[in-house]
Amino acid sequence: MASSRPLSPHLSVWKWRVHAITSITHRITGNGLAFVGLALFAWWLAAAATSKEAYETFLSVATSPFGWLVWVGLSWFFFQHLLSGIRHLLMDTGWGYELGVAKASATWTFVGSVLLTALFWGAVLFGRGAF
Amino acid sequence: MAEFQLPANSKISGKGKAYPAPAGAKRPRTFKIYRWSPDDGQNPRYDSYTIDLAECGPMILDALIKIKSELDPTLTFRRSCREGICGSCAMNIDGSNTLACTMAIEDVKGDITITPLPHMEVVKDLVPDLTHFYAQYASIKPWLQTVTPEPALKERIQSPEDREKLDGLYECILCACCSTSCPSYWWNSDRFLGPAILLQAYRWLADSRDEYTGERLDALEDPFRLYRCHTIMNCANVCPKGLNPAKSIAEIKKMMVARAV
Repeated sequence: MASSRPLSPHLSVWKWRVHAITSITHRITGNGLAFVGLALFAWWLAAAATSKEAYETFLSVATSPFGWLVWVGLSWFFFQHLLSGIRHLLMDTGWGYELGVAKASATWTFVGSVLLTALFWGAVLFGRGAF
Repeated sequence: MAEFQLPANSKISGKGKAYPAPAGAKRPRTFKIYRWSPDDGQNPRYDSYTIDLAECGPMILDALIKIKSELDPTLTFRRSCREGICGSCAMNIDGSNTLACTMAIEDVKGDITITPLPHMEVVKDLVPDLTHFYAQYASIKPWLQTVTPEPALKERIQSPEDREKLDGLYECILCACCSTSCPSYWWNSDRFLGPAILLQAYRWLADSRDEYTGERLDALEDPFRLYRCHTIMNCANVCPKGLNPAKSIAEIKKMMVARAV
């Protein structure tokens, strides 16, 4: 053989559909919650246990615009992972493999997670008397 | 382990040739086709061929045959029946796996990109090496296995209801469109059987005449062979026969649970 056989292109040519996007998003959100979420939770606890100054540093970062972005993002990660997790559970029972159903349920995990995130932060802001 | 980048020898970096539209073409259309030859030591490349659709049949395979006979006889691809039953012309067309013979040119907008079935070793141009895929097929023992003696002077009979359980399974032509659409198969084809082979495995599990159900399930009870399916559903989306391998895999998983509880 003159040269070794190449591997045919895969990710670079593939046209993504919503089911596949839901699947990879489930992984990304799960890892995001586990690593980013856990790190922030540990920071919060450690800061609270260390000193007043350490806790104030945490609060100033956590309530900065970037901090808000992270919280809203993490809450969306949570709801997205929750809904696609429920979808996985249902599919484990044999439900939802017809193409139309699988597509609709995948789409609804995104619609649902955005709605739940909005409701959640609406409730938080309402509780703080923002409106 | 998942390797998201193509290896150095597989990057599409070769300089491609362009075959311009013939003079006076009424409906010119460009096909961008993956090319690789074992003989020249070059990386893969895209060649683009512009043909006149007014002078071509309606299917992608018609265009490929036209290109091969009129523009470039070196273009290499598999084809046989040209009616969606042999599965030879499976390839990636416009980002999705399908059969070139049953895919209409007019269903693709703009330039038409054609590559071999994804994440496979390329033998030449659009021809992937299916040796491993066929070995996996053999591994599930795709034939009727029995212990009871054969009935005298007649075949093993099956009720119409039991025969119906094979609908949606027996139609599989083993074209490998589904398996090579599956990211789990891309990253783990050394151990994961993939959608086509698992649908075939279920075809024998679902057969009322087969008497090796337990042994067949034993052989599939493995974190990779069966359980690497994460219901991404690419398989059912691309199947040119409209079958649903993901559903078959779910049925196998249900049989695993049913016999354990």
